[in-house]
Amino acid sequence: MRKILSMAVAIAAGFTLAGAGTPASAAEKLKIGFVYIGPVGDFGWTYQHDQGRKAVEKEFGDKVETTYVENVPEGPDAERVIEQLVRAGNKLIFTTSFGYMEPTLKVAKRYPKVFFEHATGYKRAANVSTYNSKFHEGRYILGQIAAKTSKTGTVGYIASFPIPEVISGINALMLGAQSVNPDMKVKIVWVNSWFDPAKEADAAKALIDQGADVISQHTDSPAAMQAAEARGVKAFGQASDMINFGPKAQLTSIIDNWAPYYIERTKAVLDGTWKSTDTWSGMKDGEVVMAPYTNMPDDVKAMAEKTEAAIKDGSLHPFKGPITNQKGELVVKEGAALSDKDILSMNWYVKGIDDKIPGQ
Amino acid sequence: MLDAAILGAVLASIVAAATTLLLASLGELVAERAGTLNLGVEGMMVVGAAVGYATAYGTGSLILGAIAAVLAGVMLSLVFAVLAVWLATNQVASGLATTILGLGIAGLIGSPFVGTRLDGAPELRIAGLTDLPVIGEMLFGQDAFVYLSLLLLAGVAYGLSRTRAGLVLRAVGENPVAAHALGHPVRGIRTLAVMFGGACAGLAGAHLSLAYTPFWASDMTAGRGWIALALVVFSAWKPLWLLAGAYLFGAVSILQLHVQGFGLGVPSQLLSALPYIATVVALVAISALKRGQGAPAGLGVPFVPDR
Repeated sequence: MRKILSMAVAIAAGFTLAGAGTPASAAEKLKIGFVYIGPVGDFGWTYQHDQGRKAVEKEFGDKVETTYVENVPEGPDAERVIEQLVRAGNKLIFTTSFGYMEPTLKVAKRYPKVFFEHATGYKRAANVSTYNSKFHEGRYILGQIAAKTSKTGTVGYIASFPIPEVISGINALMLGAQSVNPDMKVKIVWVNSWFDPAKEADAAKALIDQGADVISQHTDSPAAMQAAEARGVKAFGQASDMINFGPKAQLTSIIDNWAPYYIERTKAVLDGTWKSTDTWSGMKDGEVVMAPYTNMPDDVKAMAEKTEAAIKDGSLHPFKGPITNQKGELVVKEGAALSDKDILSMNWYVKGIDDKIPGQ
Repeated sequence: MLDAAILGAVLASIVAAATTLLLASLGELVAERAGTLNLGVEGMMVVGAAVGYATAYGTGSLILGAIAAVLAGVMLSLVFAVLAVWLATNQVASGLATTILGLGIAGLIGSPFVGTRLDGAPELRIAGLTDLPVIGEMLFGQDAFVYLSLLLLAGVAYGLSRTRAGLVLRAVGENPVAAHALGHPVRGIRTLAVMFGGACAGLAGAHLSLAYTPFWASDMTAGRGWIALALVVFSAWKPLWLLAGAYLFGAVSILQLHVQGFGLGVPSQLLSALPYIATVVALVAISALKRGQGAPAGLGVPFVPDR
């Protein structure tokens, strides 16, 4: 019995040694890990992050080796997955959902020599950076286009969860719409899910049945676009270019382009210049990209392009004053603009939105 | 507030939304009446959705896609049947494994098709009838899956209660030992019932990926297989109650979206929870009435002939 045991120990030790030997022999390669909230096949949020990962592989070729773990629930599971990625030898780890914030920080504390990048969070450490995109810049343009395109004067909005990112998106769209048509209405349906294609389609149909003729979404699947196409109304895509799903319906899409950031950060690690940073990039940096403006008259397209250029060169801020809230109080004065911090914690609607934020 | 046009559209949406649930839960009902609890419905559905989409995309035929989806559901159900029926493993664990396996396989099969789309199953159009106010679209403007689900339901309801085969199947579910003593092949019958469940789940998946939202995305069933399981309990294992339950679920899930659109100020989280609250209420009502605690007596108990 003892003999068998000691043999087993010897074998196990052999495996461990072999395991330890592998990274040493491939020491040149930088191993990069990605943690995803959804499946890479969602054609939305996670899909776009994975496109960024592929761009890193393409850019650096043999110098890097990437791994990803998909469908990782937020919470204790995430901590375990991140820790495993560290132990597998990954030196740079991207955690791509808000709920990975605490798990990322916990693991980062234990492994100070590994660099972590957490998407959409606000807590940093010496080896933890945060990054996010200014999607609301794109939504301001959507609002303008919707106001020009809609015949019923009502834009439908499929919303996921009442968190600041979603609320600031609704507000940006409304401010854009009001800059064209002050009487523009928005109908909001909360589906309480990021990804449920059938429910998103149901929501789109409900909004269309109730008179919305332009559909906007803050959920991840192309179901709403497809429903809009089938019903002959217009829609905006989300995360990816969804023109394939709505060749006659899509006006444009807000595309999440993480590739520039992922390449930049990988390069920083390779060069040894990585520092903990807080990055909130937008259209200017190519992180928020508008899909081609389609299915609209030339004057609307020209307006959209002009607004896009103005946002890029900084002459237009989507949350520039004056902005009043639903109660009619002036929140942002003429000539001022909402600070990044205030946008990131937005929990109020602008005037003209006929809805209540759930839970308030 | 609700004019005839909106009401008609709402009714049509309810029927369409209920169909996925009806198909999946109908198959599970048959499997459970034979005494096998298969928690793999979600997995079999999502595999059906992926295989159905891949086949339809490759061949250009929605009918071939639907057939392939049914076969895929059956294949996965056989994995469960081998484990739970023939090897007499724990049914709950085997079912959960089936779901997890199905989600993985479906993601793998579907990955080349992410970002593509199909022209979905066409909806029926009968001049005159489909244009009837309020009920026209609901009754005469649906896709083939809707009518097929109702035919299947009628077949199952009749088959279970009025045929010899149905009687034997129920006997196997209620008292497998007695059925065995009478010379009925308990495990064979249970396997067939599980396969029927797989076929229906596969078809339900195909309804999603070929008609309802005709594209493929991983995990696109989004938990509907679990709702189907709850519906079987909700129905007290009776096909006609299952129909009522599925349509009630469909109604609540569609109406809550419309209520929000009208801006009635009801919290959306509460509305989203309504279908589940309805299930709990129905379960309490069923058990309080002491009726229809119709769980087959042999449900979930593995049967080994020589015991």
